Amino acid sequence: MKLKINGIEHELDIDTRTSLLDACRDHLGFTGSKKGCDHGQCGACTMLVNGRRINSCLTLAVMHEGDEITTIEGIGQPDKLHPMQEAFLHHDGFQCGYCTPGQIVSAVGMLGEVKDNWPSHASDNVTGDANLSSDEIRERMSGNICRCSAYPNIVDAIESASAKMKETA
Amino acid sequence: MRPFEYARASDVTEAGKLAGRFIAGGTNLLDLMKLEVETPDKLVDITRLPLRDIETTDDGGLRIGALVTNSDLAADPRIRKDYELLSRALLAGASGQLRNKATTGGNLLQRTRCGYFYETSQPCNKREPGSGCAAIGGFNRIHAILGASKNCIATHPSDMAVAMRALGAVVETQKADGSTREIAVDDFYRLPGDTPQIESELQEGELITAVRLPKPIAGVHRYRKVRDRASYAFALVSVAAIVRTDGGKIAEARLAFGGLAHMPWRDEAVEKALIGEAPSMALFDKAADILLAEARGQGENDFKIPLARRTLKAVLADATKGA
Repeated sequence: MKLKINGIEHELDIDTRTSLLDACRDHLGFTGSKKGCDHGQCGACTMLVNGRRINSCLTLAVMHEGDEITTIEGIGQPDKLHPMQEAFLHHDGFQCGYCTPGQIVSAVGMLGEVKDNWPSHASDNVTGDANLSSDEIRERMSGNICRCSAYPNIVDAIESASAKMKETA
Repeated sequence: MRPFEYARASDVTEAGKLAGRFIAGGTNLLDLMKLEVETPDKLVDITRLPLRDIETTDDGGLRIGALVTNSDLAADPRIRKDYELLSRALLAGASGQLRNKATTGGNLLQRTRCGYFYETSQPCNKREPGSGCAAIGGFNRIHAILGASKNCIATHPSDMAVAMRALGAVVETQKADGSTREIAVDDFYRLPGDTPQIESELQEGELITAVRLPKPIAGVHRYRKVRDRASYAFALVSVAAIVRTDGGKIAEARLAFGGLAHMPWRDEAVEKALIGEAPSMALFDKAADILLAEARGQGENDFKIPLARRTLKAVLADATKGA
């Protein structure tokens, strides 16, 4: 089968049981995405599929032929960081760092959802415009767990990246 | 995970003929397959089927394709404007990542989150009929207080399905032989009784193709979910409500409840007791009396009985505010 990761197509021969996460990590060497719980509860494995964030541990690789998959490696690289990555560094949005790739990919996906004016459970009015208060960020990011509890700095990082991305948009 | 054969369906008729377990979002099925609670021999991938549209029906309602994701449904301008409780229920469920994957059809068919159903070393009549129910007398804080049986006290975990029941939605299906039918959400689910492994009226190989909503129901729409943390947790108790008042009296009330039973719960006697009456705490207490007349706790979940009462009263008070 073929998988298109970060814009490049890869050929693989894998068991039908292989999750998208395992295909990327164990077969293609994209080890940035992490395996935390392997049950869709922690968000460490978050990837973008056709621009939307999902738990890559809870989906089969074989179901994603033809999709555009983005891992943390496709968000930015050490010599060319994404504004979200820079903001996490600047605001110290992590301690051990294990959940960080998932947090960053999820945050990038989440900003796309806000841009598309999706409401959230924290929205006062589901028919109004999406805004990004810190309560909104906390609600929208609740699928990403940080056991070091770096949440205050994660929220700061996302707020500042969001403002910066708007400026340069 | 046990090995399985994988097939991809290219149209709806073919999906039925491929004779396997349907997979769409997979967020619940794959989770259960990893634990070997579910062990299908064959998966039929239905994600390429053309069931992703939300279209207006002749009677002014909406037909939601079975593969519309929970995110897309919650964000649809028509749902947000005319079916607010559905948007609210969806947004109260799961996480952003899961809602982007989970589908309308799959959400209806979510399995219970009973810990004994998930733990294959334990007896569970739902997982292994005849093996017993470890939740009775066990850890049963999240379990049912209404409609349970001596064989199963599990609850249905969906928020979306609770809103669908309050809205009077209809499930459209295609059977394995290609014939189609529709089942009202009111008739779709089953109580556990002696066969807790059978959770809905769907037959083997029957595929949900769409969920149909009636034309918009006027009134205040509310979905109130009470849970252990503020986000990303299943409901202990939830209340979906559409309440319309007219001249200081309740003219229409549609109520459905999550977290209480093996299915999204609805009791028309509760609704009837409210209609034509002026809103008051005494009236809401009377409604709660009717709802909870047969309620029975299992020990750890006894708190759900007063919690359901308080949540219902709070929702009714909020929905009739200023009437």
